[in-house]
Amino acid sequence: MRESSEFSSGLRSGIVPALSAAPFGMLFGAVSVTQGQSVFETALMSLTIFAGASQLVGVELFGQRVAPWLIIASIVAVNFRHVLYSAALTPVIAHFSLPKKLIAFFLMTDPQFAEALKRHEEEERVTFSWYLGAGLVLYVLWNIMTLIGATLGGFIKNPEALGLDILLPIYFLSLVMGFRKRPNYLPIVAASALGSILAYATVGSPWHVSIGALAGILLAALLPPGKTKEAAQ
Amino acid sequence: MSDFTNDHMILVIFGAAVATYLTRIAGYVLLSVVSDIPPRAEAALNAIPAAVLTTLVAPAFYAGGWEGKLAIAAALLTGLRFKSPLPMIAVGWSVVMVCRYFIIG
Repeated sequence: MRESSEFSSGLRSGIVPALSAAPFGMLFGAVSVTQGQSVFETALMSLTIFAGASQLVGVELFGQRVAPWLIIASIVAVNFRHVLYSAALTPVIAHFSLPKKLIAFFLMTDPQFAEALKRHEEEERVTFSWYLGAGLVLYVLWNIMTLIGATLGGFIKNPEALGLDILLPIYFLSLVMGFRKRPNYLPIVAASALGSILAYATVGSPWHVSIGALAGILLAALLPPGKTKEAAQ
Repeated sequence: MSDFTNDHMILVIFGAAVATYLTRIAGYVLLSVVSDIPPRAEAALNAIPAAVLTTLVAPAFYAGGWEGKLAIAAALLTGLRFKSPLPMIAVGWSVVMVCRYFIIG
């Protein structure tokens, strides 16, 4: 009974981020098909890569007929944050068995990572059933929306007319604000914002993600340890 | 090399999938090798989520049109009041739609 209530609690944790990501699953499916990929290839990307922003970068480069190694390098650049995520997630899921850890890392996305850390921070133990519930909602809905988007692809002529372009940054902004009680929150966010904008304007996308993140992380390592706004642990 | 066929496309997708999975386990593998985490490294690890997610917002603010900037600012103010992302998304999306259909025309 405990396991199943953990699982359904995971389903509930996953549903809001899954619905927020849903338009992007559709957007990815639609963009991919309009760039000339088949519905099968589009679905295969969502099933095996399962990392939205990098999938969009991938289809953009497929459309430009860029060399395969460069496409994979760009996808890795966008997904480089996963290296940092998996390091931060390791203590949270330390009690999982190795096969369960390997499944957990496959399901690790921006919202999954954020939800798991939030649950860990609220001093609730992150169980595998909870993690799987949240992860599966995201995975299943992402793939369904990819298929819908790929099918409807030809009909969406202009995602901006539907205001779809603004949803992703605002969703990520909400995740950023969720961490505002962390030590040195404001200087870190300011450094990352400045670093990513400078990198975006000079080196260009997708490197602004890794460069901007490194700016904030380096500053965090250099600053004297700040106080958490909650009571000291 | 530049003009690849369908078979190549599938191979590139699998290559990207394997590479992406490697990024997802790399941090875990690194921590298994290095057992003792110094305080500064821990501060750096703690900063990761906010630092990375910020880079998905700030350039969108910088590069977007004025209606996008207004929407992100409105969402930020909404986020100070409400914890869930949905009110932020609802406010930001409404601002963009109103600007695009009633002001930009």
